[in-house]
Amino acid sequence: MQRTVFRNRWLPYLLVFPQVAVTVLFFFWPALKSLQLSLYRVSPFGDRTSFVGLENFTKLLGDPEYYQSVVNSFVFAGGVTLLSVAGSLVMAALATQKIRGLSVYRTLLLWPYGIAPAVAGIIFLFIFHPTYGVLPYFLSFITAYEFNWLLKGWVAMALVVTATSWTHLGYNIAFYVAGLLAIPGAVLEAADVDGAGPLRRFTAIVFPLISPITFYLVVLNMVFAFFESFGVIDAVTKGGPGDATMIMVYKLYKDGFIGLNLGSSGAQSVILMALVIGLTMLQFKYAEKKVTYR
Amino acid sequence: MSAVGAGQLEQARVRTGAVAAPRKKPFPWQRAVVHALLIACIAVVAFPLYYAFVISTQDIQEVVQRPPRLYPSSHLLENYAEAWRKAHMGRMLFNSFVMGVTVAVGKIVISMLSAFAIVYFDFRGRMVCFWMIFVTLMLPVPVRLMSTYEVVGTLGWINTYQGLTIPLMASATATFLFRQFYMTIPNELVEAAQLDGAGPMRFLFQFLLPLSWANIAALFVVLFIFGWNQYLWPLLITNSEAMRTVVIGLEGLIPRSGTELPTWNLIMAGAMMALLPPVAVIIFMQRWFVKGLVESEK
Repeated sequence: MQRTVFRNRWLPYLLVFPQVAVTVLFFFWPALKSLQLSLYRVSPFGDRTSFVGLENFTKLLGDPEYYQSVVNSFVFAGGVTLLSVAGSLVMAALATQKIRGLSVYRTLLLWPYGIAPAVAGIIFLFIFHPTYGVLPYFLSFITAYEFNWLLKGWVAMALVVTATSWTHLGYNIAFYVAGLLAIPGAVLEAADVDGAGPLRRFTAIVFPLISPITFYLVVLNMVFAFFESFGVIDAVTKGGPGDATMIMVYKLYKDGFIGLNLGSSGAQSVILMALVIGLTMLQFKYAEKKVTYR
Repeated sequence: MSAVGAGQLEQARVRTGAVAAPRKKPFPWQRAVVHALLIACIAVVAFPLYYAFVISTQDIQEVVQRPPRLYPSSHLLENYAEAWRKAHMGRMLFNSFVMGVTVAVGKIVISMLSAFAIVYFDFRGRMVCFWMIFVTLMLPVPVRLMSTYEVVGTLGWINTYQGLTIPLMASATATFLFRQFYMTIPNELVEAAQLDGAGPMRFLFQFLLPLSWANIAALFVVLFIFGWNQYLWPLLITNSEAMRTVVIGLEGLIPRSGTELPTWNLIMAGAMMALLPPVAVIIFMQRWFVKGLVESEK
């Protein structure tokens, strides 16, 4: 369709200017600087820089600590995604049944989205607290195993994964509820007539129909877990114990801001950039998929 | 465009009338099971918040007592007052509020203007602008951490409100949402406005803006929460007590060494104050919140 347009030589430029200015100044320029930084070595006092080619990358990839942070990031992101997407699918499926009080139920399930991951982390920090926490207390009746996140890396990981998943729930539930309501009633009716029970209806019809949403949410939860989870790590574990919860984003911050290793942090930025580009591409592939689903 | 997809999904829901479609009513016991399961889910989801609230009403003896006391006590007011005083809560909440509102309004305004330019003007570099805005999706703060900090430092914006807010104002998702919305507006409206002799700015303010309020409200809710809950950015850009936002300021209340008093009641009081505003916004503006989430996919 041909759109009617206004004619003006300079007005459109004026209108896009604020957004483009912010984009160039705070997104493109710094991103290019990161790219450039990744190819240089900066002396500790910042007075000399020398071109080192891909040395920062080869050093990084040969560094077992970096390798560990990559593994941690995937464990963290995978855990968060699995827990929050699966949990919210179950809750959304329940919250779209034909029963009374649905809007109240939905409201009571959506609000955790408002809680900052760092604040959620602090609440869970207390729940997991080795001396005062309610969780280790009750677990101590079941098992003698010591659930001390300060000593056991996997408990610390479980802590941050649980807290982060909690804050993702509202988001995922909102999407699943919209998707589930979009399923034509006639399809389920037909399955009902054919004698399919609620569980069979869900696995054979509902789940495949909403799989594009699941795919989209999996990608988006991964992106959130990779790039928006700095707060929960910084507020709760600081990457510890040892390096058990040292995720890529936190390591980048530590090496850059505290270690002042600019070359390495530049290289880490570039690797993260590649990752987020890949994930965003995946996310947009979903948009095409949904067209065929409709 | 995924923003497009979600919009279509919403429309599809309306078109097919899925909500109204007659579905066989389940037996009462089935309904009872659904109610029970939902209540169980809500109990699990709400427990951490309930527990944080309970702790925020206890004194230290009650906080550390074993077995843990799982119901509220009577020290609510003194704990909140103490946390307020100790952590400069008033100032931090004010900063968070400024950040949430400014980021949300800024993103909405600049996205509206650029989407308007992209849809209603034919100018050289139009697609370049569009793609530049799109690419910001792929450049979250962590991937340009050190250099963005440098830029803000060069501008002298460390510890300022403009440093806290302006660099976060680019928004691909909000721009897409407005672009998408403008494209659903029939050409006849523009033609009628032009016949009336309205210029582009009058068309924007008198014709488009009144039609956009639903989108603006929805975006505002989602973006306010986004701004309020920022962590890494305020941590980088502020280092003075007076500029801290509540989400990063809370961390300072946590006792890290064994010698400090375990004042978890004060921390939880602080946490409650930090989370209440965004949670209240979701609960009271739920309709806008869901619309904003599902349609903008921020």
